[in-house]
Amino acid sequence: MNAPGAPIGLSLPRLEAGEKAIGTALYTGDMVLPGMLHGAIVQSPHAHARILGYDTSKALAVPGVRAVITGDDIEFRYMGLVVKDETAIAKGKVRYIGEPVAAVAAIDAETARRAAQLIEIRYQPLPAVTTIEEALHDGAPMLHEDFAKYAKIYDAPVGRGNLLAHSIATQGDPAKGFAMADVVVEETYTIAAQYHAYMEPCAALAAFDPSGKVTVWSSTQSIFRTQANLHECLGLPMTKIRCIAPRVGGGFGGKSEATVEPIAVLLAKKGRAPVRLVLSRNQDMTAMRTRHPGWIRLKTGATKDGRLVARDCELWFDGGAYADDSPAVMNFALYFVRGPYEIPNVHCEGYAVYTNRMRAGAFRGFGNPQMTFATESQMDALAAKLRLDPIELRIKNALPNGARWFGGQAVTESTLVEALETARTRAGWDKPMPPAPPGKRRGRGVAAMAHSSAFLSTGAIVRLQNDGTIAVQVGAVDIGQGSDTALSQMAASAFQLPVEQINLATPDTDSAPYNSGTNASRVTFMVGKAVGEAAFKARDQIIEHAAAMLGVKRDEVSLAPGGRVVVTGGSRHNAEVSFADVAARSIWAVGGPVIGSSAVMASHAMDQGHTKMSGWLSFEAVGIYTFGAQIVEVEIDEVTGAVEVTRAVCVHDVGRAINPCATVGQIEGGFAQGMGYGLCEEMVFEDGRLANPSFMDYKIPSALEVPKTIECVLIEKPEASHPFGARGIGEPPLVGAAAAIANAVADAIGKPLTRLPLTPERVLRALLAQ
Amino acid sequence: MSERVAVDLKVNGTTHRVSVPAMRTLMAVLRDDLGLTGTKNACDQGVCGSCTVLIDGAPARACLALAVALPGIAITTVEGLAQGDTLSPVQQAFLDAGAIQCGFCMPGMIIQATALLAENKRPSEDDIRHSISGNLCRCSGYTKVIEAISLAASRLTP
Repeated sequence: MNAPGAPIGLSLPRLEAGEKAIGTALYTGDMVLPGMLHGAIVQSPHAHARILGYDTSKALAVPGVRAVITGDDIEFRYMGLVVKDETAIAKGKVRYIGEPVAAVAAIDAETARRAAQLIEIRYQPLPAVTTIEEALHDGAPMLHEDFAKYAKIYDAPVGRGNLLAHSIATQGDPAKGFAMADVVVEETYTIAAQYHAYMEPCAALAAFDPSGKVTVWSSTQSIFRTQANLHECLGLPMTKIRCIAPRVGGGFGGKSEATVEPIAVLLAKKGRAPVRLVLSRNQDMTAMRTRHPGWIRLKTGATKDGRLVARDCELWFDGGAYADDSPAVMNFALYFVRGPYEIPNVHCEGYAVYTNRMRAGAFRGFGNPQMTFATESQMDALAAKLRLDPIELRIKNALPNGARWFGGQAVTESTLVEALETARTRAGWDKPMPPAPPGKRRGRGVAAMAHSSAFLSTGAIVRLQNDGTIAVQVGAVDIGQGSDTALSQMAASAFQLPVEQINLATPDTDSAPYNSGTNASRVTFMVGKAVGEAAFKARDQIIEHAAAMLGVKRDEVSLAPGGRVVVTGGSRHNAEVSFADVAARSIWAVGGPVIGSSAVMASHAMDQGHTKMSGWLSFEAVGIYTFGAQIVEVEIDEVTGAVEVTRAVCVHDVGRAINPCATVGQIEGGFAQGMGYGLCEEMVFEDGRLANPSFMDYKIPSALEVPKTIECVLIEKPEASHPFGARGIGEPPLVGAAAAIANAVADAIGKPLTRLPLTPERVLRALLAQ
Repeated sequence: MSERVAVDLKVNGTTHRVSVPAMRTLMAVLRDDLGLTGTKNACDQGVCGSCTVLIDGAPARACLALAVALPGIAITTVEGLAQGDTLSPVQQAFLDAGAIQCGFCMPGMIIQATALLAENKRPSEDDIRHSISGNLCRCSGYTKVIEAISLAASRLTP
């Protein structure tokens, strides 16, 4: 698979690291076009209100203002991934505090901001529902009166008020299962809204060309989702929409769907000039997206020797004012209702609800961190009740190879037991921890996790360029995780070229084949697969040309490092041609340019009888399951309740690390983000208003909070279905982190806490209650 | 719109005469008037550290400083660290340690690390953690950032 100069498994610096280090990397907000205007938005002060009218005259009178847009500038056209329920900007109603309701384009950002404050909007406030419970009351005000009429791609619960999605899945006979159980534990776990906190706030730059085609550069995870959303909400044909992603300053799921692109396009059209719109942090925190808050009631039965026999789960997610990814996130959470374990009898129901809060959407883990917090907390509660070691209980119930996942897919390769054993050894689990210093308590906790990599479709085009180098076109956006480098390494490996001879094109809907997005831990896995398949097709063409040029049979030549094809054996042994020679023949003489293309989609055969389902559980597209285990040690201050994570051991199956340094970077960063989720990050809403919309009041972990050691151990068993053996690792490091920390805190204080995050206040209350 | 004021800004060794509104921040002037977009705006309130620059050698938040208050004072941005095509030792160490992911916080982080190493040749890991505790990063978990700064220190002061 590897060869000199063909760098699979090498920790190369990211291709764009140099430009990022010297400050020349261009993110959307750094780009300038001639005549460019600056945008500013006006946000709704109401959680729910009818818009009665606008007075934009004062804003338009400000010198330097070129355009003002409101809901009056658009028709009722809707966008959305699974429910088309969002207009480009609020129209008719506002449904959450912070919703963009008008916007200004002006000659500079200060003028735009000042003019935006002068737009007067008349509202008729409506009763709002800002919690799941309020949203479900009889007679509760409806957020979307037209829900029944919206286009949807799943079986939606129409006519049930603000209920947005409802799924049910049953495997085996849960009643019988619980009857067999010697021990039953039941608990309700509550989870808070987490903010993505990508360092680059959402931004877009839109410019129309003379033909009426708009080009949109934006901070996005998907150029094709951006294009689709613009098409849907603005009514422009896709022939007139070109989307490009320059450097992107993080996404973590929050930039999967449209952000401010539709508003930037509307302003550019009305202002007749390019418009750049960059949100402030406060605007981003109040207008964009969160992880789903909600609660999970979980009940598990086990025999006295520690066999899991039954589980029952009820999950409620607050989706906020627009559907966005909520139905998908809720369903995805249900995929992991058993965790990575064999449980023969399961019933689960999931619900997603509209409320008058900012929308919840995709966020690293996509519902799985919430579910894993519940399931892995419950595993420890069971272990305590059964007087079993938590790791022993997990190993005992680990899903064996070949067994069926919930839903019915066969799991070909489970590395769960290996991950748990590795973590146990590495962390010294079987040795007691040293006693805590006075005033402190120590604890240790484990979490196992599974996640998928795959989902959704993608393609690649791989071309031989005239000088013998290779161009790769994919629609995948590198949002910082390092996929440009990993994909280049994979392409380089396929051709035995150094990575410098790969030209990975900027993601551009005008030239790239479709790719759904940088989500679901799928780029290295799915796009890598597409790159491999396309590269191998192009490679075959190169070999065919070379054999003809050298006058030998196809099987008498092989690729050699550095862009050569060499005869192996026979009278012409060692005769060779270069890739450039092949390119010349292909474009000037025979066959036409060397181009390989591919189209891939995950779709797996299911045992249809395994799990009965209703709602929208598309298990067949899950792809592969990936496993991991984390052990953390904590120290708790008995006076303040503050939890310090002193050590983290993170063991993850990565298939094959294409770039080990980047892989470890994903794990370290994912754990840290999961630590924030577990300990300190909570968007606090008061009647729908975010009470902590700044980095001052919403704390993400700093260098002082992250553990001094995050020990990463990679399990590398090349994944058979991937041309380079890779598995996705974007999300798994976060998925179980909060659960491992919660279990360590429970170990330290002798009592599990069932509400995230484990703030000092909550931990202290638990300590004082003892 | 506030009155425009002329000011000589000495940025990365070059003096620029700019005429800017009195209330315009150094960050806005660097980015919008001088085109030095390496300095990033990620919170606009001095909390995240992404806009950190050196003012007279000391790290400072460009989003909290007013440009007109800094006439003739040496300002160094991330663009001013490399010598031609040669990265500064701190920049090079960030590459070598694999500390850079999305990169948005990195200009501020690199400036902060540069300031630390100018003052403290052999920082302990705790010194490094404290020094960069006001520079938020969402991608890295800081581990490789701390490694990078240690690496730069060991190269600068073997």
